[in-house]
Amino acid sequence: MSFEYAPAPESRAITNIKPKYGHFIGGKFVTGSKHFPTINPATEEILSQIALAGKSEVDAAVKAARKAYNSTWSKTSGKERGKYLFRIARILQERAREFAVLETLDNGKPIRESRDTDIPLAAAHFFYHAGWADKLEYAGLGSFPKPLGVAGQIIPWNFPLLMLAWKVAPALATGNTVVLKPAESTSLTALLFAEVCQQAELPAGVVNIVTGDGSTGALIVNHPGIDKIAFTGSTEVGKIIARSVAPTKKSVTLELGGKGANIVFEDAAIDETVEGIIDGIFFNQGHVCCAGSRLLLQENVAEEVLHKLKKRMEKIRVGDPLDKNTDVGAINSKEQLAKIVELAKVGDDEGGQRWSPACDLPKKGYWFAPTIFTGVTSAHRIAREEIFGPVLSVLTFRTPQEAIEKANNTPFGLSAGVWGEKGSRTLWAAQHLRAGVIWTNSFNKFDPTSPFGGYKESGWGREGGRHGLAAYLKGVAGE
Amino acid sequence: MSNRIDVKKTYKLFINGSFPRSESGRTYEVKTSKGAFLANPCLASRKDLREAVVAARSAHNGWSKATAYNRGQILYRIAEMLQARTSEFIEEIMITTGATKVKAEKEVLQAVDTLVWFAGWSDKISSLTGSNNPVAGPFYNFTIPESMGVVAAVAPENPSLLGLIESIAPIITSGNTVIILASTKAPLSAMSFAEVLATSDLPAGVVNILTGKKDEIAPWMASHMDIDAMDISGLSSKLTAEIKVAGAENLKRVHSFKRASAHRITAFTESKTIWHTIGV
Repeated sequence: MSFEYAPAPESRAITNIKPKYGHFIGGKFVTGSKHFPTINPATEEILSQIALAGKSEVDAAVKAARKAYNSTWSKTSGKERGKYLFRIARILQERAREFAVLETLDNGKPIRESRDTDIPLAAAHFFYHAGWADKLEYAGLGSFPKPLGVAGQIIPWNFPLLMLAWKVAPALATGNTVVLKPAESTSLTALLFAEVCQQAELPAGVVNIVTGDGSTGALIVNHPGIDKIAFTGSTEVGKIIARSVAPTKKSVTLELGGKGANIVFEDAAIDETVEGIIDGIFFNQGHVCCAGSRLLLQENVAEEVLHKLKKRMEKIRVGDPLDKNTDVGAINSKEQLAKIVELAKVGDDEGGQRWSPACDLPKKGYWFAPTIFTGVTSAHRIAREEIFGPVLSVLTFRTPQEAIEKANNTPFGLSAGVWGEKGSRTLWAAQHLRAGVIWTNSFNKFDPTSPFGGYKESGWGREGGRHGLAAYLKGVAGE
Repeated sequence: MSNRIDVKKTYKLFINGSFPRSESGRTYEVKTSKGAFLANPCLASRKDLREAVVAARSAHNGWSKATAYNRGQILYRIAEMLQARTSEFIEEIMITTGATKVKAEKEVLQAVDTLVWFAGWSDKISSLTGSNNPVAGPFYNFTIPESMGVVAAVAPENPSLLGLIESIAPIITSGNTVIILASTKAPLSAMSFAEVLATSDLPAGVVNILTGKKDEIAPWMASHMDIDAMDISGLSSKLTAEIKVAGAENLKRVHSFKRASAHRITAFTESKTIWHTIGV
């Protein structure tokens, strides 16, 4: 017997997308000069026209942020700063449905995820950091913690509002003002967030949002009026930023790519593990820097795990992101789809065995079926390079030592997962893995209290928790 | 007795617990502050650096997994060995730099005390910089500082012994291993300090000391893909940007410090967060 799911689409009536947007500078929306379209990747429908910030707009935003820092925000007590952040958290909760629908339209992620993960976590980040604003001297980061000034923040398209929250909340709590640039393909929720700042009566210029592409990002990175750069994105761009700021006094935090290992020991609870593998790689279409994209199976259970994984994958529902039953939505952009297609082809060419469940992909929009590659070795490109899509590379190992060696055999070091019922062994593995975030018998969990960030080429610094505050305070890096 | 000829020391490198000459066969002349010949220490090459990195990388797993108590005791043991040879170090610093006895003695004793200070940090830094995170879910979630791996350091020109130890001690306290380039003009006490290390139960490869030219070796350090971080306190600020640009190739953490502090330990640690599932 099999059940068919009737369509259960979330209504988009709650959103109010304008035909054209400008930038949010000094507390006001200002019109842009050049524009580019933003589309719904599930349908290729043009949702709106987004402004492309050039030098004069970035200059104006930095100037507004500096003015707000000097005249208002640096003179606002931690207690009062915190209250603004609490207000923002509450407004995000009040308008959560609107944000979730807008995020899904612009990004392509399933409404189940934007509704249950992205937006609630974004609100939680503001609520958490609000409480820090008047307690910074207790954070163990110096007796008189001081903000850095104006922070330039550049965020990716995979969790648009959530990444905004990860950046803006700690920056404001610690007393900095910001110039934020959302990713070019997902600007809409950031622009809606600008309205939230207005509703919260946040002083003008404390948060400035300029939209654009990589050229706008470069203008922010190289702007002499900015004290700190916080970037989430690819390792490639992270290295360019690291080089650009090398001759300057800017402080930098980078949250970059990963190739997370998900290790399954022979004593793992297989059914739970299979759910975890699915969460690890197919959550958010695999557009996750900390995705568990390398599955390491102990040889004697590999066959059983793969059998059950394939059966489970046959039940994954790929399709309309607004449908409340959808598990995997659309690939965020044409460019990203091309990259995934290309790397999957490399997987074929290098001798990996590709498998995907039968699934009817919509005719319009950008789609990629959930895919696994078996017969992969550590030397294969699909085991080394970040695909940033729903593609899992499967490797095997015999001993725990071999699992660790294979897991650590990567220039990245962002995340890893360990599955097994023996607590001492899972913690032994956690201890030996060279990665910043490790989940035992779980994957892809996030919380504002929990520091997140990578070892090695996965980045510099942490976001979230007590540790994340250090990224926005003077003199705690050690110099 | 006055006609007796002194037996002089040959100053070599310190790599993987041994004292090899530079593979390049190169040396350079070090003179006393008055200009008299003193010694021909090694002019380390890029290959010496690479061999030191191999040694430091192999030593990292053992050293970082040693207990904090054990690392603390070994750091304390280094202090004991240095204390016992105080007079030799004072004399070496005086003859090399022209420092007065009072000044040289102050430097050596402060070096001993610095080692003792960091010895005591090894089993405390986790308690102070780690955290237990109250996540909204059934997880025991905690963050611990861990060593970064292999750190390359450039010691300041002077104080040549104290500056070297202020760099080495915090790096190895948390479990990192280190390759350090000693003061170019006053490298002798660094190489004598290697003898102290060699008799302190410090595992081979945890500390490797090179002598040579900073502008030659530091860029090789910065571009080496198996070095995780750098302490460039001893480098001219003119070279900082160049080092950071080269280091970006594998996103090295590059830091510079003015004095000894606990920040020098935390700058070379990486925070690891573990989500341990709770359930019956």
